[in-house]
Amino acid sequence: MDILVVLEDNRGTLHRMSKEAIAGAQQIGGSVSALAIGANADALATELFTLDLTEVITVNHELVSSYNADGYAEVVRQVIDSESPKTVIAGHSYQTRDFMPRVSAKLDIPFIPDIISIEGGYTKQVLNAKLNATVNTNVDQIILSFQSAAFSDESVVSGSCSARSFEVNLDPSLVRAESEEPFQESTGDVDLESAELIVSVGRGMEKEENVSLAFDLAKVLGAEVSASRPVVDSGWVEPFRQVGSSGHNVAPKLYFSLGISGAIQHVVGMKGSKNILAINKDPEAPIFEIADYAVVGDVLEIVPKLIEALQS
Amino acid sequence: MKIAVLVKQVPSSESMLPLSSDQTWIDEGQVSFVMNPPDSFAIEEALLLREKIGEGEVVIVSMGPERVKKTIKEGLAKGADRGIHLEEEGKIETDPLSNSKSFSSVLKEENFDLILTGLQSDDTGMGQTGVLLGELLGMSTATLAMETEVQGDSIRVKRELESGWFQWVKLPLPASISIQSGLNTPRYPSLKGIMGAKRKEIKCVSSAEHRSGAQTQFMEKVFVPQTSKQTEVIEGDADTAVARIIEILKSDIKVL
Ligand SMILES: Cc1cc2nc3c(=O)[nH]c(=O)nc-3n(C[C@H](O)[C@H](O)[C@H](O)COP(=O)(O)OP(=O)(O)OC[C@H]3O[C@@H](n4cnc5c(N)ncnc54)[C@H](O)[C@@H]3O)c2cc1C
Repeated sequence: MDILVVLEDNRGTLHRMSKEAIAGAQQIGGSVSALAIGANADALATELFTLDLTEVITVNHELVSSYNADGYAEVVRQVIDSESPKTVIAGHSYQTRDFMPRVSAKLDIPFIPDIISIEGGYTKQVLNAKLNATVNTNVDQIILSFQSAAFSDESVVSGSCSARSFEVNLDPSLVRAESEEPFQESTGDVDLESAELIVSVGRGMEKEENVSLAFDLAKVLGAEVSASRPVVDSGWVEPFRQVGSSGHNVAPKLYFSLGISGAIQHVVGMKGSKNILAINKDPEAPIFEIADYAVVGDVLEIVPKLIEALQS
Repeated sequence: MKIAVLVKQVPSSESMLPLSSDQTWIDEGQVSFVMNPPDSFAIEEALLLREKIGEGEVVIVSMGPERVKKTIKEGLAKGADRGIHLEEEGKIETDPLSNSKSFSSVLKEENFDLILTGLQSDDTGMGQTGVLLGELLGMSTATLAMETEVQGDSIRVKRELESGWFQWVKLPLPASISIQSGLNTPRYPSLKGIMGAKRKEIKCVSSAEHRSGAQTQFMEKVFVPQTSKQTEVIEGDADTAVARIIEILKSDIKVL
């Protein structure tokens, strides 16, 4: 086995980033197998039967029926031990961050995380995305994780494969943490993920009362309003409006960004937008690197005039 | 309750970042350094836990050249009890696994009940050290804590999951936990704290003493990202911008 892709169960279906990880693994080349863990392992495997994979290995044991770091790290260790993949790949999700370093420590193999590209070496962003770095290793076995949208799930190669169940040997004393059911804190009636037009606000709005400008603009455009994390953390807008790695993933026809710097954790949630129009007073703001239209200026000056012009 | 907080010193977000001549990192001589912002939330959480429990020790642990003493002292000035400095000479080690082995070798004999880290560093952003160290020391681990509650010899942690989901997990101590930014409001050092920090102990461990693991991953090349996207830049006064935005909305994107 050349590559083992560790899949993630997103409440019964395959996590979007797992599919992207398979696409990335296929691009690296060689024989690619996938590993599904937990009560939904068979269902996840079924989703992959039409893909070009060697096989899907399934592990279903009562100690890992739902996610826990102790159990998952040990299961992945045992599968790597037995199947000896050269490369282990996962999406760079919160879950991967939670347990994959433990696999790295257990097996003493390096984990290169958060890769955005494999051209010319494993590339990741460093120093708040101001620079990129290629990271390499001097050992034969490695673990990689791919940042959201580093590969497109549309580029997954079709084919066929089947599932094989893998027997793990887990001692009940292994799982030390007691995990409660996951829950959602607040849900709004706004469906950002299928919105066609989004006006999104960042800390560049400067004050809470200025946020109403974004709602006014959204109203004339027929758009929804979303926000960066600091705006949510300050309580200026509701948490369900947050876009980014800890918020929603959006892909509207227009993402109109107002005073957002373009930090990577924000960008992963909106870079799939068809058109990105950004206003920022800093000509060097990273958001401009992914914008189609970069308006250098003061949002507090431009937006009121824009609303006025649109209304007339 | 004995708590270690792993703290890193990183280039400040305002600093210039000139590449080093071999282009494998930045020229640190021209860079201004600050405490890794996510780590200040971990320090605050440790101080709050100590206050809530009413007893305990908070130890600031940092690896790096001489300059990181400043960051350790900042933690001491905020109220931590003592510091441990894992010294490094020359080039900064960027391999999380070998760094964690160093931390493990130094922290093993301390028998901490709790190790806290920020969620990741602003420089290399590997986001692994706390979890690696937890595994190496046989501790339970959790990441992205939004809330913590010590209950006897366990700690309950509210973990942030993706897309607005959360989960409570209860870990037996000792545990290593990474703290999500924004869960508390980091305090500033008081004048009294700053004066008091001068008398607090910082134990230094030389790299010869703490380095055990060989380096298995390294930065090969650092470079300025090239953007592939065609971006139209719109400059000028607000009226010019408004006129062009309306044209774009009408004719290019066709949403008006
Ligand atoms: C694990 C983790 C998860 C995270 N998850 C998320 C997430 O889901 N979503 C998210 O958004 N962030 C997230 N973050 C935070 C992220 O790193 C950034 O801190 C955040 O996105 C920055 O928000 P901002 O752009 O609004 O603020 P800032 O970075 O402060 O940027 C403000 C921008 O506004 C500009 N500006 C200021 N005044 C004006 C003006 N008058 N006119 C025009 N422009 C102006 C400035 O030039 C600047 O570029 C996460 C971070 C971590 C570590």
